[in-house]
Amino acid sequence: MTLLDFARGPAIDAALIVFVFGIAWRLTWLLFLPHSVDFSPPRPRAPGRIAGAAKGFIRHMWPASAYAGRTMFGVINSYVFHIGLAIVVLGFAEHVLFIRDLTGFTWATLPTGIITVVAVVTLAALVVQLMRRLFDPVLKLISTAGDYWAWFVTTLPVATGIATVSHLWLRYEDLLAIHILSVCLFLISFPFGKLMHAFIVFITRSQTGITYSRRGAEI
Amino acid sequence: MEDWSPEAGTVGEALTRQGVSRRALLKYGSYLATLMALPPTAGKAIAQSLAKAKRQSVIYISFQECTGCLESLTRSFSPSIEDMIFNLISLDYQETLQAAAGEAAEKARQDAMAANKGKYVVVVDGSVPTADNGVYSTIGGKTNVEILKETVADAMAVLSVGTCASFGGLPYANPNPTGAVPVSALVTDKPVINVSGCPPVPEVIAGTIAYIVTFGKLPPLDRHNRPTPFFGDSIHDRCYRRPFYDKGLFAKAFDDEGARNGWCLYELGCKGPITYNSCATVKWNGGTSYPIQSGHSCLGCSEPNFWDLGGFYRPLPDPTDKRPAAVGAAAVAGAAVGIATAAAARSRKRKATHEGGPSK
Repeated sequence: MTLLDFARGPAIDAALIVFVFGIAWRLTWLLFLPHSVDFSPPRPRAPGRIAGAAKGFIRHMWPASAYAGRTMFGVINSYVFHIGLAIVVLGFAEHVLFIRDLTGFTWATLPTGIITVVAVVTLAALVVQLMRRLFDPVLKLISTAGDYWAWFVTTLPVATGIATVSHLWLRYEDLLAIHILSVCLFLISFPFGKLMHAFIVFITRSQTGITYSRRGAEI
Repeated sequence: MEDWSPEAGTVGEALTRQGVSRRALLKYGSYLATLMALPPTAGKAIAQSLAKAKRQSVIYISFQECTGCLESLTRSFSPSIEDMIFNLISLDYQETLQAAAGEAAEKARQDAMAANKGKYVVVVDGSVPTADNGVYSTIGGKTNVEILKETVADAMAVLSVGTCASFGGLPYANPNPTGAVPVSALVTDKPVINVSGCPPVPEVIAGTIAYIVTFGKLPPLDRHNRPTPFFGDSIHDRCYRRPFYDKGLFAKAFDDEGARNGWCLYELGCKGPITYNSCATVKWNGGTSYPIQSGHSCLGCSEPNFWDLGGFYRPLPDPTDKRPAAVGAAAVAGAAVGIATAAAARSRKRKATHEGGPSK
């Protein structure tokens, strides 16, 4: 069995099983946990739950003016690599083939050249994000090993993907195998650490919006 | 002025006897140099050394195979099979091509081995069955394992022709009922050159033999022991459809507009990116075409285990296995564990509330 056979076979199968198990576990656990009941009456003119959730979610997509000076660069850089990741994952033909095999859904793809440019920009933004985490005193203080691990397993597939498409250093089949294995690492890590925010962010920010709106807080 | 005068028993003498001119030999040397990606000046050197080279004794044995490799070799255009047999080499044993049969044929093999001890090249096509003491393929009452070990004992080198001999091929594919193995699994004390392909490109078989005859040594080999002059580039890197891959233009079916426009066949399962061979450059039938040019995706036939890569029409990014049922089971199990964990938390909270303790 070659490294590519292993990556396309047992490795990706095991990673998908762990990924699906972990996501299902974390989400059902979170949704069925006992909730504290807010006995206080809603404040006058407080919006409903859905409007409060939407307001809270949208409001938190951009920093408040009071914090803009400190956080704007980090927010914009985060948008760059998040949008970059979305374009690379959902726009590259090879990735869409993988998703089609998994789900049956398919859509139009982007040229390899555009994907390569976006991937390089994404990688650069990820490196900048790490630099901020390492050199900003506040960020450094609040960062845990989980943050660095999340950065590593996110950056590795981007870097190996660029190397694979560009045929850098190794033979294509080895690069492809390493890239798939790096994706396996990402999938296995995803449900059990900070990366889970990709799912939980919708729940937490919406719940914050509901709570704040009910209590009349201006957000 | 170089010395081109042929000596007895050399390729040059055989060529002179057949009226082949020095110019034709130079032309052939240039062709070989081009085929092996050598500098143009190498053509003259090849022609000169070919003229002086002794005709190489070759014993060609066939095991678990379909004769497709030999069929391919007999369609070699340059050098043609006639060139090969009458000029470049002395083909001392080949069951399908030789007139002799039965004991006379086996004697021809024994005689060639004795006469060229330590100097002959053994060409093997087909994998070697080893299960049940090798009974699944025998010749003259001997198993393939016995014949192989006996024949290669005094050989200079072994040339595994075709993917069956090189990597096991179809007989080696899961579930491999005959216990088939490649030649390299049994021959460990001699150089084994793999000329893989199902079948191999005829010019590549002939070119590899010509390389040994010309240079008197083995060609440089890649990690699968294949001659790098012929297996150095992937089909994908040399494919004329590569620009469509880079533009993201893919045929979605073999009869759609993309296919008619000659777009990339990657999405239809093309294994060109992981397949190393000369199909895209040397091509087939005298340089006429190759599978991708004919509208079909590359099967990856010159790579190990190509039968077991998940299917010829599954794209490379797809996992080789069909989605395991375990993925669905994992979702159900994960949800069950999540609900159970939340239920336990609710129970703890209820218990704490009833006991008058702080709500957690």
